[in-house]
Amino acid sequence: MLDKSATPTRSIYFSEEHEQLRAQVRRFVENEVKPHGLQWEEQGYVPREVLQKMGSLGFLGIRYPAEYGGSEMDTLGTVVLAEELGRSTFGGFAITVLVHTDMASVHIFNAGSPALKDKFMPDVVAGKKIVAVCVTEPFAGSDVKGIRTTARREGNDYVINGSKTFITNGVHADLYCVAAKTDPKAQPSQSVSMLLVEKGNSGLKVARPLDKHGWRSSDTAELHFDNCRVPAENILGQEGRGFYAIMKNFQNERTTIGAMCIGECSAALELTLDWVKSREAFGAPLWSKQAIRQRLAELAGKVEAGRQLVYHAAWLDARGFDATKEVSMVKAYCGELVNEVMYDCVQFHGGLGFMRESAIERMSRDARVQAIGGGATEVMLEEVAKRM
Amino acid sequence: MKVLVAVKRVIDFNVKARVKPDGSGIDLANVKMSMNPFDEIAVEEAIRMKEAGKATEIVAVSVGPQQASETIRTALAMGADRGILVKNDGPVEPLAVAKILKGIVDAEKPNLVILGKQAIDDDSNQTGQMLAALLNWPQGTFASKVAMEADSVSVTREIDGGLQTVKLKLPAIVTTDLRLNEPRYASLPNIMKAKKKPIDEKTPADYGVDVAPRLKVVKTAEPAGRKAGVKVDSVAALVDKLKNEAGVI
Repeated sequence: MLDKSATPTRSIYFSEEHEQLRAQVRRFVENEVKPHGLQWEEQGYVPREVLQKMGSLGFLGIRYPAEYGGSEMDTLGTVVLAEELGRSTFGGFAITVLVHTDMASVHIFNAGSPALKDKFMPDVVAGKKIVAVCVTEPFAGSDVKGIRTTARREGNDYVINGSKTFITNGVHADLYCVAAKTDPKAQPSQSVSMLLVEKGNSGLKVARPLDKHGWRSSDTAELHFDNCRVPAENILGQEGRGFYAIMKNFQNERTTIGAMCIGECSAALELTLDWVKSREAFGAPLWSKQAIRQRLAELAGKVEAGRQLVYHAAWLDARGFDATKEVSMVKAYCGELVNEVMYDCVQFHGGLGFMRESAIERMSRDARVQAIGGGATEVMLEEVAKRM
Repeated sequence: MKVLVAVKRVIDFNVKARVKPDGSGIDLANVKMSMNPFDEIAVEEAIRMKEAGKATEIVAVSVGPQQASETIRTALAMGADRGILVKNDGPVEPLAVAKILKGIVDAEKPNLVILGKQAIDDDSNQTGQMLAALLNWPQGTFASKVAMEADSVSVTREIDGGLQTVKLKLPAIVTTDLRLNEPRYASLPNIMKAKKKPIDEKTPADYGVDVAPRLKVVKTAEPAGRKAGVKVDSVAALVDKLKNEAGVI
């Protein structure tokens, strides 16, 4: 039975602590992100001090154990973080943080040896070491088994050779979780391993920072591994099990992206609502036109549906249920939805929406990748279809 | 030294307040509520005193509905030690709050009470002053700087035309102005720890206070929208309008 004496929150999914986390992240975004975001877009990366400040507030260790400085919350805590960072209107900032917390460092935490975790996790949680995950290659993206980078065993080392591209945090990260084929002759699904490479390794070269359509405050790189030698104990998990680790962590990544999309949609609708209520055309605010307000109402409904789907998928995961189908739905639905929302929000902003000075212009560019990265919509729909 | 801090749950400062269609008040349904910003400053000041070794315990008090425990929890996550929630669902006017706070002061015997100078919902700016009168304690209102000494506190106040510093003998009342400090964020580890800090629940009756309102709100209305201005094409036209239309010169 519902405990009516407990403090009521407006959702069945969130505790008071989740709501407090939400309030603190929102305040951080308002005060520490929004006033500086344009400068980060210009320079192409988020300053390390900002990430360290988030680390000191516990935002980078929401689910990690207390021994590493984490707070041992659940998947819904991640959703709160991603949704609120999505609301910042700076997708590049949001993805910088979320790749670190929920897409890259999870490889170290979930599969790294106790020694590796003890060595790196406290700094990861504090924001002192930033992590990137390197799976995508010039010839393999969503098709993870098709990667060509190799890691050859030589004595007590692995020697990595190959190229990675579109790597978020790729320029400024300190730690790289790299997918490579340790046994190219094995079955594709048994051939991939994850290895941890530290910045400063002479075999790791940042070939070039990439110039992107959106997410411009995020640093993205092409990386070359040229006889990059790492000690064998830097393997994350068992040899040959990397493909499964990547697939498992994709679930969290996709939930996170879904929540980020929902935050972006909400912020875009709020900006647009403000605009159409104040902008006059033909003698009255745009809001007085049914075509506009009904379309915004319709989008608000779709966003709310997406939000509840994200929450539900996260809740299933937090409860230990397999949520692959729901998470795939989240990624397919939210990645498309955010683009639908941005299209109309730009439209309703009129000429201003086409100008670089408007937030909605940036947000529409940031949205595009959400239907691509972390599993393209088409791939996600196949994952859903397989389970129908 | 024990510090008592009063915190109020109010409509979030970022929310655009809307008047209910029937004019009976502000629409609070599904509206984000937060700690009164002046009270956040009060909590922050108390925590800084504790960090400087000048306070030993911080008690956060709120008068309001059950959900006001969230506001107390925020104070606990920032660094207060424990909370007291005086539960009451209806409106409570400043005098009733001051009387309840007096009851709590009598029971808790703090050396210092810090309050926001006003709450951003009704902007009354009365509770601290009334509490000082009820307790017959010295008060330093609108503090922009607070310096604790052994048995006194120096309060720099923002007043019309400048700053005034008063020295109060403890125990005393201080109310905060915006420039006193910048409240910290509650870190997530501290949010989790705050779960375990105790919140006592009381009622106004426990302090013998009748909270029945003494004022009646007749009507709440939106301020009239500003009309567009007019452009004049010369200084002469401007002077003419100021003289003959506005009648200000």
